[in-house]
Amino acid sequence: MSTQSFRHTSGGRIDRTQTLRFTFDGKAYTGVAGDTLASALLANGVKLVGRSFKYHRPRGIVSAGVEEPTGLVTLRSGGRREPNVPATMAELYEGLEARSQNAWPSLAFDMLAVNGLVKPLLAAGFYYKTFMGPFQKSWMWYEPVIRRAAGLGVAASERDPDRYEKINAFADVLVVGGGPAGLAAALAAGRTGARVTLAEQMPSLGGALLNEPAGGAPDNWISSVVAELRALPNVIILTRTTVFGAYDGGTFGLVERVADHKIEPDAGEPRQRYIVLRAGQAVIAAGAIERPIPFGNNDRPGVMLASAARAYLNRFAVLPGRKIVLFTNNDGAYATAFDLKAAGAAVTVIDARVDGGAIASQAAQQAIEVIVGHAVVETHGSPLVQGVALSPYDIATGQCDNGFRRLACDLVAVSGGYDPQVHLATQRGPKAVWDAKRACFVPGVAPDIQSQAGACKGSFATADCIREGFAAGAAAAQKAGATGKPGELRVPDALTANDGSATFVPAWDVIPPKGLREKKRFIDLQNDVSVSDVKLAHLEGYVSVEHLKRYTTLGMATEQGKLSNVIALAQMAKLRGIDIPQVGTTGFRSPYTSVSLAAIAGHETDMHLRPVRRTPFHRWNEQQACVFIDAGLWKRPWFYPRSGEDVNLAYRRETRQVRETVGMVDVSTLGKIDVQGPDAAEFLNRVYVNGWKSLEVGKARYGLMLRDDGYVLDDGTTSRLSEHHYFLTTTTAEAAKVMSHLEWLLQTAWPDLRVHVTSVTDQWGGVALAGPNAKKLLADAIKDIDFSNETFPYMGVRQGHMGDIPVRVHRLSFSGELAYEVFCPAGFAEAMAEFLRDFGKRHSLILYGVEALGALRIEKGHIAGGEIDGRHTLEDLRMEKMASKAKPYVGSVLRIRPEMTSDDRPRLVGLKPVDKAARIKPGMILQPHNGPYKGHGLGHVSSTTYSPALGHSIALGFVIGGASMEGRIIDAVYPLKGDIVMVEVVPPHMFDPEGDRLHG
Amino acid sequence: MTQYSALAVLRNALSGNTGWTRAWRDPEPKPAYDVVIIGSGHGVATAYYLAKEHGIRNIAVLDKGWLGGGNIGRNTTIIRSNYMLDGNTQFYEWSMKLWEGLSHEINFNTMVSHRGLYNLAHTPGQWDQMARRGNIMRLNGIDAELFTLPELKRRVRYLDYSPTARFPIYGALHQPRAGTVRHDAVAWGYARAADKLGVDIIQNCEVTGFLRDTAGRVTGVSTTRGDIGAGKVGMAVAGNSSLLADKVGLKLPIESHVLQAFVSEPIKPLVDHVITFGAGHFYVSQSDKGGLVFGGDLDGYNSYAQRGNLPTVEHVVTEGKTLIPQIARVKLVRSWGGIMDMSMDGSPIICKSPIDGLYLNAGWCYGGFKATPASGWCFAWTIAKDVPHEFNAKFTLDRFRRGVPIDEKGQGPVPGWH
Amino acid sequence: MRINCPHCGPRDSAEYTYYGDASRVRPSLTDTGVEHWHAYVHERNNVKGPMQEFWHHLHGCRQWLVVTRNTATHEIGAVRFAKSPVSDTAGA
Repeated sequence: MSTQSFRHTSGGRIDRTQTLRFTFDGKAYTGVAGDTLASALLANGVKLVGRSFKYHRPRGIVSAGVEEPTGLVTLRSGGRREPNVPATMAELYEGLEARSQNAWPSLAFDMLAVNGLVKPLLAAGFYYKTFMGPFQKSWMWYEPVIRRAAGLGVAASERDPDRYEKINAFADVLVVGGGPAGLAAALAAGRTGARVTLAEQMPSLGGALLNEPAGGAPDNWISSVVAELRALPNVIILTRTTVFGAYDGGTFGLVERVADHKIEPDAGEPRQRYIVLRAGQAVIAAGAIERPIPFGNNDRPGVMLASAARAYLNRFAVLPGRKIVLFTNNDGAYATAFDLKAAGAAVTVIDARVDGGAIASQAAQQAIEVIVGHAVVETHGSPLVQGVALSPYDIATGQCDNGFRRLACDLVAVSGGYDPQVHLATQRGPKAVWDAKRACFVPGVAPDIQSQAGACKGSFATADCIREGFAAGAAAAQKAGATGKPGELRVPDALTANDGSATFVPAWDVIPPKGLREKKRFIDLQNDVSVSDVKLAHLEGYVSVEHLKRYTTLGMATEQGKLSNVIALAQMAKLRGIDIPQVGTTGFRSPYTSVSLAAIAGHETDMHLRPVRRTPFHRWNEQQACVFIDAGLWKRPWFYPRSGEDVNLAYRRETRQVRETVGMVDVSTLGKIDVQGPDAAEFLNRVYVNGWKSLEVGKARYGLMLRDDGYVLDDGTTSRLSEHHYFLTTTTAEAAKVMSHLEWLLQTAWPDLRVHVTSVTDQWGGVALAGPNAKKLLADAIKDIDFSNETFPYMGVRQGHMGDIPVRVHRLSFSGELAYEVFCPAGFAEAMAEFLRDFGKRHSLILYGVEALGALRIEKGHIAGGEIDGRHTLEDLRMEKMASKAKPYVGSVLRIRPEMTSDDRPRLVGLKPVDKAARIKPGMILQPHNGPYKGHGLGHVSSTTYSPALGHSIALGFVIGGASMEGRIIDAVYPLKGDIVMVEVVPPHMFDPEGDRLHG
Repeated sequence: MTQYSALAVLRNALSGNTGWTRAWRDPEPKPAYDVVIIGSGHGVATAYYLAKEHGIRNIAVLDKGWLGGGNIGRNTTIIRSNYMLDGNTQFYEWSMKLWEGLSHEINFNTMVSHRGLYNLAHTPGQWDQMARRGNIMRLNGIDAELFTLPELKRRVRYLDYSPTARFPIYGALHQPRAGTVRHDAVAWGYARAADKLGVDIIQNCEVTGFLRDTAGRVTGVSTTRGDIGAGKVGMAVAGNSSLLADKVGLKLPIESHVLQAFVSEPIKPLVDHVITFGAGHFYVSQSDKGGLVFGGDLDGYNSYAQRGNLPTVEHVVTEGKTLIPQIARVKLVRSWGGIMDMSMDGSPIICKSPIDGLYLNAGWCYGGFKATPASGWCFAWTIAKDVPHEFNAKFTLDRFRRGVPIDEKGQGPVPGWH
Repeated sequence: MRINCPHCGPRDSAEYTYYGDASRVRPSLTDTGVEHWHAYVHERNNVKGPMQEFWHHLHGCRQWLVVTRNTATHEIGAVRFAKSPVSDTAGA
């Protein structure tokens, strides 16, 4: 086991008493509590952690935060395997298991590093210019090879065993970021009494102040503010929580990493929690990220952001190098030099500016060599940095001149200034604007409820951050309606001294001097996009920011260009001879940092993807060994198998027996709508094509509805229960749409009609009883209704009781048999089913499902979902005679347009196979007999079944010519399987066309 | 202009990649053109085919921003021709045929990947509907296969086939030639090829109005870079169609809706095909770079904001994780929104407008990308000949007035439902 | 997005369904003009900026609302019941 030879014996914000064991690529190491994987690796002197995307170059850890482009690993194994985790964001836990990515056979010796030898071949966009030959589809040959080489980590190969949860939360003020600005904002808002949520992505509060040496004034300030916040009951502090997106109406998306810092979640604990937070106001205090400077071979392990080097020392007590070169263009990075020097490292500062000013003098006093007006031109060493070349440098042009000299080192710390994190602040627009004075993008005017404070709006000095944050927090609370006073927040003098180096001279590039061969200067370290790629994009005309990104893949990596976008923009601006804002900036889009899919999915996955709708008979049906079928969200009874039966045997038996004795089917999924009011008849008269004014109380009628464009919307029966009370039914599939349609008409078109519609689908259970014995059965079961044909004729409706159960009985028939639909309040459904089954025994009652229901209705030529598919007219369905000519109704004007009533349209027919043993299959296309089979033919088959009554397969379909084709032979074809069935066109009504059976 | 080839890549590599030239010129607009096309998505394809097939080379393509900055660069890159209704089948199959030869034809590798698309069915009824569609495809010369569950399991291994799933998978319709194309490359490749034929591609040139003669005929456009005369003006501006048409007083049967799309971090190959979930709205493929590219339904309201909201994000992601459980810990890195020109029947419009000199190409809903070659080809034909080709003959504006929509989903005239 | 339903208060847009342009005027039931009906059914406002829209509080009070919403920014303005043209207005 390696020792932590780069760990200091004092300092840092770690707990040395807790040693944590972990492995990287199978090798065992130790770290301590408070480490990240990155700090623990560095403590052990492990600098090579990954391979780059394209050239497979060795890469190390560049940052200490979310911007990490190269230090990506795969964590855990099995169903918990997670690819592409920044080691900088992975908190160490006992037993952590990490692997490097994109390297084969090993990280140290990666075969595809050969790509690096042919770098010029693999320049930006090379793949657009080749891989086209020799054949037309040659890409299909190259693609698998390229796909295997691309990609980073490997996704899990099993189901994730962890839980995820989603919650809805509310706040008056959301504060994003727990640095000095965010803490101050939360405090100001919290003191007013507003409900405050403070979200910080790191495990600890303090932000950039945590980079300062532990135990000093910053720590005192943080702990006093945090203590006050924690004492406020109206403030919720969420750490390890990223606000990844800003959405409309004050909605924000957050992910809290509840258990990622543990080997696995505790019992009952989710791994991550997705929080949809609705905020009255939001203060964005997201901070800034240090900007690198591109120089030759700046990707070698051992090149790191200056702030990261300082973070590793002061947060984790890890010395990231012993002989350090700090390359800077600003004062702020000198703090890194001072702290590293104090920790015992040898430090040389290369200051790109002509004059380092007071800070450089201060460094000299501390025995730190400062070389001004110079730049690091390149690094050398393999695979780790062993030294740099430096050269006199003109910061304005980026050009080095007058030779170079080499300097040995094991760490290059770089600071090119700071980029405000404008991402979240600008997601909803307006775009970020270029601040020429500060040489960075800052957010534009904040939209509606948002405001910004601190480094994310370009205020880098700590005291400014605190003041701005406090003011923004107070203002947000006030806007959110809080009335309390925020009071004062004094900025300690010790923090005022830290000005965060407000100004810097941008250094966009380091062009090597004559005599030094040009090396790759990487801008996007993960995707291997370098300065030369930007030049190539420019040369080829891909000069807008969007073209640049898309052509070179710059900024498309897992960190979405947090370190690279601004540098690339600046370089393109220079190449084009225009200002940076003229090149533009892409809009920032959610998420700010990557978010696991499982978190957003929360618990609404797998069985919980959508609710399940069960009829009130469901449990009873289960007891009858029913097999169910999905119909939208519903579980409907499909068939009731007897021993050894499959669906085909079962539905044929069920169908046959309905026509012989009596069957019962659960029809509770029908849409049921109560229509009440003095104008109900008028309302129905307007929504249905047929007339409703004459329907008497106690009677039902079949109706068809059209859409406004004249196409058929739905059908069903509606019964008049009393003078002003109707009971309307819809098909299962269209129930929700019809309900909305009726509400729409009543509330927008005819608000004067005195009618209420109420969905009662879930309130009523219903069964249909069909077959010759149906009447006898019901007459046995229901004593207070007279079932004689004279008093209760076809299309009659009666209300009565089955035992104590109140029931409505509608004499309707979908099957063509003597049949009734019986509805009861849903709570009585099981009791009613039991009742009917008991009474049914002596009448040979069977249960049937929707497969048999379909068979019965197809035999009768009744239309259903296959025919009402949103594309048919009344004429297509041969039901135009139903339409009243005496009144207007929804769709009455547009339905009679000539091309909608034309005889050229396919119309409903029945179909019978010429060879009675042949089967007409659903989805068959109707073609002229003996072909040629092509195009869209004569029409299609819409519903099929085997008809036990007729003893052969039958179908409904649509054929051009409709009734005029009856008696003709055509072919039903199924080219997918090569089937052809010769069929005779017949009237749709194929069984009992006179309807005798209906009357018993 | 350099001809692209492996040899050219090698030769330029040896000379430090400094020998490449602009993929397309950046010309100043001329005072007038024979044809002005507005929009550089389908617009560049149109210009290319006008020049190549019809010999009309005095053409400008205008874009208000950068080339390919609209929906051609904001989609999920899927190509397919698995349509059922007369009008759509032939048109989209023609597009597929053009895709097959595109990289060679325009000398630009658009990475046309015929990796196959599986439309999943979750009930026997849905499978039967797919049978109808597949049979129509076969009768129209389009490749299609219908797979039962065991057949599907052998071919696609990474889906959740558990019988206890909320919507268990029952089977699938497969189109082998469907797949993906590198979307940006299509815009760039057409632009480069059109430019080579003399077409002026003018970026950052927003059309602010139309020039009309006394008879009302459109004779050009006013732009942010001055007036440009035109013998004919074609508009192919997708989500902005209504706004542009409004400038000539034309009301279109279109609503602009936002559609979000998503991409994950790059992972090693996992999803080898294009998959669509049949019990909701989710589709996914994996880019050559390794990211999972996926999307779902519209947000459901009119929008020009190019961004959407969380309910749709949740819908899409829940369905994706349910369908492919092993992507649970894969992370989302980017999302975006495109503005879809949703027509009243879900099908496009490519025709002469009621105004002389103005031609319409609009109503692509969320399926415009795969149509790019055929859309350009048919629009070019219509502009050049003043009559539609048989492939776009049914894509008329007046079909709504006449009552003959091409409604694949049967949803009726509610744009957001298609 | 959140819509302030005059009956239920502010609710997430996920509770609502959308039906587009609310400025179009439905022809009267007795109007037999094909052109009128065609224009009403197929030609809807599709503006960039503030727009009057129908939203249905499907998973709430099931009232149809007329919402003023900016299609460029998604900002929501006045909300009223569709059935009562002027009164019952809720603030943004």
